Amino acid sequence: MNEPIDGLMVLLVLLNLWLLASSRLIACTRIVAAEGIALGLLPLLLSWDQGISGRLWFIAAASVIIRGVIFPQLLLKALRQANVQREVEPFVGYSLSIVIGVLTLAISFWLISRLPLPETPHLALLLPVALSTILIGLFVIISRKIAINQVLGYLVMENGIYVLGLALVKEIPALVELGVLLDAFVGVFVMTIATYHISREFEHLDADQLDSLKG
Amino acid sequence: MYLIVVAIGIYLLGGVASFLSGSSRRAAMAFGVGAAVLGAAAAAIPAGMALAGGSVEPIRWAWNMPLGSFSLAMDGLSALFVLPIVVLPALAAIYGSAYLDRAKSHGRSWLCFNLLAASMVLLVVARNGLLFLVAWEVMSLSSFFLVTSENEKESVRQAGWTYLIAMHLGTAFLLVMFLLLGRENNSLDFENFTAAGMPSVLFLLAVIGFGTKAGFLPLHVWLPEAHPAAPSHVSAVMSGVMIKTGIYGLVRTLTFLGPPLEWWGWVLIGVGVTSGILGVLLALSQSDLKRLLAYSSVENIGIITLSLGVGLVGLARGNMTVAVLGFAGGLLHVVNHALFKGLLFLGAGAVLHATGTREIDRLGGLIKKMPWTAATFLIASVAIAGLPPLNGFISELLIFVGSLKGMVALGSWGPAALLAAIGCLALIGGLAAACFAKAGGVVFLGEPRTEQAAKAHEVPSAMLIPMIALALACILIGLLAPLVLPWLSEAVAVAAGLPVETAHAELSGTTGLANGMAWAGGAVVVILGGLLLLRRRLLAGRKVETAGTWDCGYVAPTARMQYTASSFAEPLTEVFQMFLRTRREAQLPTGLFPREASLVTHTPDLFGESVFRPAFQGVKWLMGRLQWLQHGRLQLYVLYIVLALLILLAWKLG
Repeated sequence: MNEPIDGLMVLLVLLNLWLLASSRLIACTRIVAAEGIALGLLPLLLSWDQGISGRLWFIAAASVIIRGVIFPQLLLKALRQANVQREVEPFVGYSLSIVIGVLTLAISFWLISRLPLPETPHLALLLPVALSTILIGLFVIISRKIAINQVLGYLVMENGIYVLGLALVKEIPALVELGVLLDAFVGVFVMTIATYHISREFEHLDADQLDSLKG
Repeated sequence: MYLIVVAIGIYLLGGVASFLSGSSRRAAMAFGVGAAVLGAAAAAIPAGMALAGGSVEPIRWAWNMPLGSFSLAMDGLSALFVLPIVVLPALAAIYGSAYLDRAKSHGRSWLCFNLLAASMVLLVVARNGLLFLVAWEVMSLSSFFLVTSENEKESVRQAGWTYLIAMHLGTAFLLVMFLLLGRENNSLDFENFTAAGMPSVLFLLAVIGFGTKAGFLPLHVWLPEAHPAAPSHVSAVMSGVMIKTGIYGLVRTLTFLGPPLEWWGWVLIGVGVTSGILGVLLALSQSDLKRLLAYSSVENIGIITLSLGVGLVGLARGNMTVAVLGFAGGLLHVVNHALFKGLLFLGAGAVLHATGTREIDRLGGLIKKMPWTAATFLIASVAIAGLPPLNGFISELLIFVGSLKGMVALGSWGPAALLAAIGCLALIGGLAAACFAKAGGVVFLGEPRTEQAAKAHEVPSAMLIPMIALALACILIGLLAPLVLPWLSEAVAVAAGLPVETAHAELSGTTGLANGMAWAGGAVVVILGGLLLLRRRLLAGRKVETAGTWDCGYVAPTARMQYTASSFAEPLTEVFQMFLRTRREAQLPTGLFPREASLVTHTPDLFGESVFRPAFQGVKWLMGRLQWLQHGRLQLYVLYIVLALLILLAWKLG
């Protein structure tokens, strides 16, 4: 069952790069939603050979619903309220962003090859892609100005941590997994509220201009 | 020993209850004061037992902390510190109930006050490094909040910061010391601490770390800031007992370090002499009553340190008489200073309460308005100046005798150095007498210099009773010295690491001297009483007229013609101008009928002004150079984190 996993990883990489290339915020939100749905299926694929327990189905379903449906809905709502369409001038341009995205992939492959990890065949792609997803999430947070994009970056990073966790531990206890999901959920919830308030107070969602408040 | 835990529990419960009483001023006060008094009663019992030579069952509870254990024990040394630590806060709390502003509720203040008392008790009975540091930190923080009680004033906030920074810099040294000790012995329990690999390093760390709390020169800079800023009953506790925890820590650390080296003793003597002389000189040149008392605390810490130094030299040279007398003098002075400095701060608080000012030159003539305050303040002044027959004299006498015996017994250059130390101690005593003649004389004698002073009234009895109790303690320890000295033997034995019998025997050697002193003191009291009676007899049936003090026969004298505090101290400060650097701004009278003239003098703290201020300015400048890193851009902050992570990963894996 390595081909579907590898396929999923390739899909994840492509989605990440697409996210780096698109300026329309609604599209970005949809891409992250797609990532969430894809990753929800990952635990199922990972334990396909051993048979899938009811608990696993439950986790997958919860993960797909929260990452794929609830988060995007919250963000889309925040977008509607804030009335912003696209990120016009990010700190790092879109083409350069893609180059950096590819670079993070290269760095991740190199770093993972140096990490002392247990050799398992299906991890070949999993770990580097997970690390690069974390780095791309951080890169989105760094390089974009609109606060919604920062939330998306956080979610992408979260996805990367999720894959890394699955790859290393494989059988994450349900409680821990649900805890992580709840954590991310609350995080997104708070952040959308915050972005709503930012846009209402300042008439824009530009996190770059928030330093006018510093002491 | 369980009584100690009970006492700590009472302090904490009372403090929290006081805090929760919210707007009810009466309830907050009742809980706060009640806990301070009850806690003191509970803690004093085991301490008294330990001093009497009885054994107190130690406590050892598991504590879910790495290297930590909740182990408490009470030996003579702890007991000697526990007694003043519980008694003075109890008296100060009673005093505070009348002293604190009646308009407000003081739940927060009482919580911190009781926390301070509880942490000090825990500190001196703790037998684990981690527990000790926790208590140390609680003590620093609770006293910080007490110092900043009146935080609406800019000067108080400034003093609070100075205090907080000084305390934490000191704690940093202690942390290193305990870590080193723990690494050598694989445990932070005191009982496992043995002569570690590098005792001299540990000794120096302890001197700096504990010296910051105790106020060794030049680490004393927080004292003259924090003491005037705090409410007076808090200053009394801080100056009377809290700074002594530094002395306790130092003595306790010495017991871990094995046989002392001789130069440690000389270091302590040097520190003591400089703190003592410069402390009293700075005290002499102050015009703020509480600042003067704060500097005088530096002086007394100096005397204590000098005495411990003499004890260490005696130990290192194997002369038990010198060792025992040195430690006994120092430890007795700890107790004595707690009594009379506590009393002086309470007296200063009473003056402040009655007149609303701490400026010595705005007071005067208060002895007529506030006879009880004046009497207790003057008794404390006599005691702190080390004059017989009061308690300050007894402890200084022990130090003198110890040093003199050391001079006779020690070979090589020891006698010369000890002779110099004795000379310095005598100088300190003389200057202290001048300093308190100035403080007591200008504040209480003569005529009121301002309207505030003229309108003063005696303070309520809740404030007077603690002061009278402390004054009685000063007199009793002085007169009953032969009975008091044997009680020191347990504490001295622990501090010097000697068997109790040796300490007891050496202390008994001074009984003859102490007896003589007690008789002489008694004789002084009797003669004084006799003279008073005689005066009454002679004046009986005659008319007694009262006139203005110091009016020198002028027709129309004014209060401004009196000696002021600065003019009283001028001859002495002039001599020591080299150390004091007093600044004057004088507008001299000119012409035959001069109209205007003025003189303003100000003595800044030499070390605060010329060492610490430039140093901290430098640090501030350096930090300012780094400000470009902090620009408020979230994205760049995240970038820093990512870059740091990547670089670390690449470095470790590459």
